[in-house]
Amino acid sequence: MNTKEILETINMIDNEDLDVRTITMGISLLDCIHPDGEKAAQAIYDKICRYAERLVQTGEDISRQYGIPIINKRISVTPIAMVAGACPAMSPVRFAKALDSAAHSVGVNFIGGYSALVHKGFGPGDYALIESIPEALSETELVCSSVNIGTTKAGINMDAVKKMGRVVKETAERTADRECIGAAKLVVFCNAPEDNPFMAGAFHGPGEPDCVINVGVSGPGVVRAAIKKEGDGKSLTEIAELIKRTAFKITRMGQLVAQEASRRLCVPFGIVDLSLAPTPAIGDSVAYILEAMGLSQCGAHGTTAALALLNDAVKKGGVMASSSVGGLSGAFIPVTEDAGMIEAARSGCLTLTKLEAMTAVCSVGLDMICIPGDTSPEIISGIIADEAAIGMVNSKTTAVRVIPAVGKQAGEELDFGGLLGMGPIMDINPASPLEFISRGGRIPAPLQSLKN
Amino acid sequence: MEKMEKAVITVIGKDMVGILAKVTALCAEKGMNVLEVTQSILQDLFVMVMLVDITGAAAGVAELADIFDDLGAKMDLKIHIMHEDIFNSMHRI
Repeated sequence: MNTKEILETINMIDNEDLDVRTITMGISLLDCIHPDGEKAAQAIYDKICRYAERLVQTGEDISRQYGIPIINKRISVTPIAMVAGACPAMSPVRFAKALDSAAHSVGVNFIGGYSALVHKGFGPGDYALIESIPEALSETELVCSSVNIGTTKAGINMDAVKKMGRVVKETAERTADRECIGAAKLVVFCNAPEDNPFMAGAFHGPGEPDCVINVGVSGPGVVRAAIKKEGDGKSLTEIAELIKRTAFKITRMGQLVAQEASRRLCVPFGIVDLSLAPTPAIGDSVAYILEAMGLSQCGAHGTTAALALLNDAVKKGGVMASSSVGGLSGAFIPVTEDAGMIEAARSGCLTLTKLEAMTAVCSVGLDMICIPGDTSPEIISGIIADEAAIGMVNSKTTAVRVIPAVGKQAGEELDFGGLLGMGPIMDINPASPLEFISRGGRIPAPLQSLKN
Repeated sequence: MEKMEKAVITVIGKDMVGILAKVTALCAEKGMNVLEVTQSILQDLFVMVMLVDITGAAAGVAELADIFDDLGAKMDLKIHIMHEDIFNSMHRI
């Protein structure tokens, strides 16, 4: 019995916000496809309720067994556009409502997969689904939506980029009475992973098995505490090593929970997502890790380099700790969900342009960023196109989750409450990309050689 | 032979008379055999770590956690009971 190790674990959980962020059950809906939309919706509801019946209870039991908080239990499903394509006469919103009521029935706090994969073009189901996103997100509570508009192999579908600028804005407008929360549940991806357990971008890819358990770990607070405690006077080589060791421990815990959940639910284990996911709780912040490395505030010159080190070290430490790694894996930088980022954005140290640069090295992209409500759809499309280009060229996942704050201006704030947090509305560049965006078509896939 | 299942109990808080007695009494009542105990006092803070055999315990770890939470609340101490797998997986390769 090594008391030092035991007390270290207890301290991580009690004082440094160590937790498993989510157990996400991926459920395939391909066998629910039916030309009669009502029958398909009923089959979806039934299958989710049957498969996920014990998910929440099992998560809570494991949490008690090991003394680890497991914050969220969630579900991801096959992109609904694939199901909706078979019943063109019915609005896909009916499926969103079926997902929402299934999520309420089994007690999960989000269900992801109101999604379409349109990186190379649209099918009829994709068109219908994308057009229905604003209505679906305003009329449901727990449904999350995502659209993949580009990949490194296919290029960027600029017709989809154009559409999504308008869809994001409309979704915010339709939920203007609820802090525009609809837009916080909508992600536009480039290179979307098929096994991501984190919301709002989770969906169950068509290459996945019928049902699978994916687990997302967390623990920015633990990494920060480790650097604070042991990092004094250390070189960056040593800091990277320290982060690796810490990430290893965090991931082992996630692996244990994933295996146990898989065993108890009799569902195959999919992946552990090695992400540092911040929460608005003080201390549980990725920005504070960067500041612990020596930046006076997140957003200062040097932030991108510090984030690159962090992102890489987390993966290196985590990969060995888990038998199967996937999802987004890395450091998230969702502004409204991270106490340090909120402060840095308020003070003006962290700007949208710096965030864009950071997304070239972080694990996802522009995440949970409030922008002025009068931002035009083509500017939002421009933001999406830039972000997708970074992902496409660098063969990494990038995403955009911006929230146009209807009726508000830069400097004011939105407050979503809970894990989604709060944050200031950030300044954007108002110059218009209208003509560029209106052209439509595709940006061809990039060359994979002559890399420079 | 059935594999022995173990859990770790940790007690952290202000030192006072009878902590060990009360915690071990509860262990005995619930059918847990104490395998190892170490305790120390850092300034005023009492820290005790116990390894217990829960193979024949009257309840699962989840239920025991609730029982020890209650005892901890009564004595103004933090008492955790966690399955030993968590420590093995985090700190051993």
